[in-house]
Amino acid sequence: MYLLQLGVVAGIMWMGYRLFSNTQANLEARNIASGFGFFSVEAGLPISNTLLPYSPADTYGYAFLMGVLNTLYVSALGVLLATLLGVLVGVARVSSNWLVAKLAEVYVETLRNVPLLLTLFFFYTVVLAGLPGPRASLRFLGHCFLNNRGLYLPRPLFQSGFGLVAAALALAIVGVVFFSRWAESHRQKTGTVLPTFRIGLVVIVGLPAAVFFLLGSPLKWEYAVLKGFNFRGGIVLRPEFSALMTGLVLYTAAFIGENVRSGIQSVPKGQMDAAKSFGVGKGVIMRRIILPQALRVIIPATTNDYTSLVKNSSLAVAIGYPDMVSVGGTIIGQNDQAIEIIGLWMAVYLAINLIISLVMNIINSRVQLVE
Amino acid sequence: MTSTASTAPPGLLVFQPKPDRPPPLQTVGVVGWLRNNLFNGWYNSLLTILILLLLVKVVPPLFSWALFDAVWTGGRDACTAGNDGACWVFVADKFRVLMVGMYPAEHLTRPILAGILFVVLSALSIFRLFSARKLVLLWVVGTAGCFWLINGGWGLTVVDQSLWGGLMLSLGLAVIGIMVSIPLGILLALGRYSQLSVIRALCVGIIEPIRGVPLITILFMASVMLPLFLPVGMEINNMLRVQIGIILFSAAYMAEVVRGGLQAIPAGQYDAAKSLGLNYWKTTVLVVLPQALRHVIPSMINRCIALFKDTSLVIIVGLLDFLGMTRASIQDPNWLGFDAEAYVFCAFVYWVICFSMSRYGRSLERQGGNE
Repeated sequence: MYLLQLGVVAGIMWMGYRLFSNTQANLEARNIASGFGFFSVEAGLPISNTLLPYSPADTYGYAFLMGVLNTLYVSALGVLLATLLGVLVGVARVSSNWLVAKLAEVYVETLRNVPLLLTLFFFYTVVLAGLPGPRASLRFLGHCFLNNRGLYLPRPLFQSGFGLVAAALALAIVGVVFFSRWAESHRQKTGTVLPTFRIGLVVIVGLPAAVFFLLGSPLKWEYAVLKGFNFRGGIVLRPEFSALMTGLVLYTAAFIGENVRSGIQSVPKGQMDAAKSFGVGKGVIMRRIILPQALRVIIPATTNDYTSLVKNSSLAVAIGYPDMVSVGGTIIGQNDQAIEIIGLWMAVYLAINLIISLVMNIINSRVQLVE
Repeated sequence: MTSTASTAPPGLLVFQPKPDRPPPLQTVGVVGWLRNNLFNGWYNSLLTILILLLLVKVVPPLFSWALFDAVWTGGRDACTAGNDGACWVFVADKFRVLMVGMYPAEHLTRPILAGILFVVLSALSIFRLFSARKLVLLWVVGTAGCFWLINGGWGLTVVDQSLWGGLMLSLGLAVIGIMVSIPLGILLALGRYSQLSVIRALCVGIIEPIRGVPLITILFMASVMLPLFLPVGMEINNMLRVQIGIILFSAAYMAEVVRGGLQAIPAGQYDAAKSLGLNYWKTTVLVVLPQALRHVIPSMINRCIALFKDTSLVIIVGLLDFLGMTRASIQDPNWLGFDAEAYVFCAFVYWVICFSMSRYGRSLERQGGNE
């Protein structure tokens, strides 16, 4: 047995050596430099959507960082939106309203059985490119515009004093967290139930709102205006971003919806009946009886869907949104340093997925049965 | 009361039940169904009415676009005559390219024969006319036959692989990917469960990094990095490289699926096999795997569906599969502006294949995998 293991180790080492020497020879034969020296060279590649200011005069390293930031941004926003929509879909799937349940089923079965890439292409080239031009933009909610160049939203301009509003919000949240903890221990001691949710809502909305109006509304909006052939000002969501986001969220929400459905259905019907016969209210049944048991099934499956959302965000390359893979691919095309870039891709994805698993494992360990 | 008085002694009251009332109309029949499933409570009634309004607005135009107003016959000119409906003539005109890519017209009978063989194999599996073992054998032989028909050699003219494309390529990549990755995944999963720490570490070291990164990076690696790893002068064509990437990617996921099955085997099974004097391989092949695989057939089918959808990513490394050919036909200057038709057709084909696979998986699940 030890001999076998030694043999395997020797085999791996020999393969590693062969790979290394082959790669060296190939790189020399093709005149490709190795190492990360190119990261401090001027990139000269334009990137259309960046979160931080960027110009082609910046270095490759900075350009790649822009891609990483875009990947993180899309992943984080995608996870958030897909969760919201997914829960909605899952609840609709078990709705007592036949029409709602059927509609949710059609949604899930359509999205799940078509490749995500196809959905992305469809949104990018059929839906978004089919929108009217800037002059005939669809206008909604007063100052929002939608046309084939993007979605234009008003940009908030924070005046002096807005920091206090934010501070009030933070204070309110901290206060409500402490209050709800106290309310829970109070309930366990005395049995009196306080309307925690309503009080919390009033405090979280009311305190910042009061501060906001006391300071004389320290917030202005910069609206997008049509100038010549296009809109200026405001926040712009480019079609590439919107298509990627829509596709990712719709696709992942279908999977999360199925997790939520199977989670809710995994709770035995007797639990509901027993709670009802005790005269427990509908909201409390959902919050304190169904949900805690359903979450045990939902969370592990949803962790997988989150990690696949992050991985699927790499499809951005197909519709030209500059995520990490798209920017990296362009860099490979310019200087052939594939090994470094692919290595970095893997490192970043592994890191993101490890963080997701870590966070979800912590949440999971809190909802699992304590035996 | 008169009859009671006549039979019973005077002065004694006898309980006389009234005849049963008929069930209220509102709980049986069509009306009852509507009340229970669509109009139970004001909230659901409102929801139902809103959804019905939405459906009335959306569904009829969709049907008239796709069916009633659509152009089914004629040539290119039939679609330009101010018609509002879909132009399915476009799909008909591009049908050959969508199915087999640039495959030479004079050898077209070969992919058609291969397609028939594929359909027959699928039908045999769906109706379960043979035992599982014979089916596996049939699939191996059948796939080899299909490959020989499409590729040529042994008496047939060889068709260069750069001419392959369309649905044929998608299915080919998926079927070969599945057939190679299942045994590979089983080996990896067994390795992960091995007593030998070196082999265990090796398998974990293969499975986890692959599962942590998107398929796109694996495909980039296969198409850009793999040539750097090979000895100078040795070349593998792009299609084989991509196929290797797909197989490795899928094998890592299959390994996780199989691991789930291995975990479900009670320890007593191993002890029993040991007490009968079976060695490791006999235990694995005769006792463990038959039970483990039976547990995981449904999840394996889910992986197969995912793999088939994932083959659409090969367009990013330059292969023209079904989705790739769809995109290519949209860009034909003679047929501009039929993006919606092309994507809807493509989505429909993917949907039919994936949906029937998932239904098949569910029927196996309901049977308890009694194969």
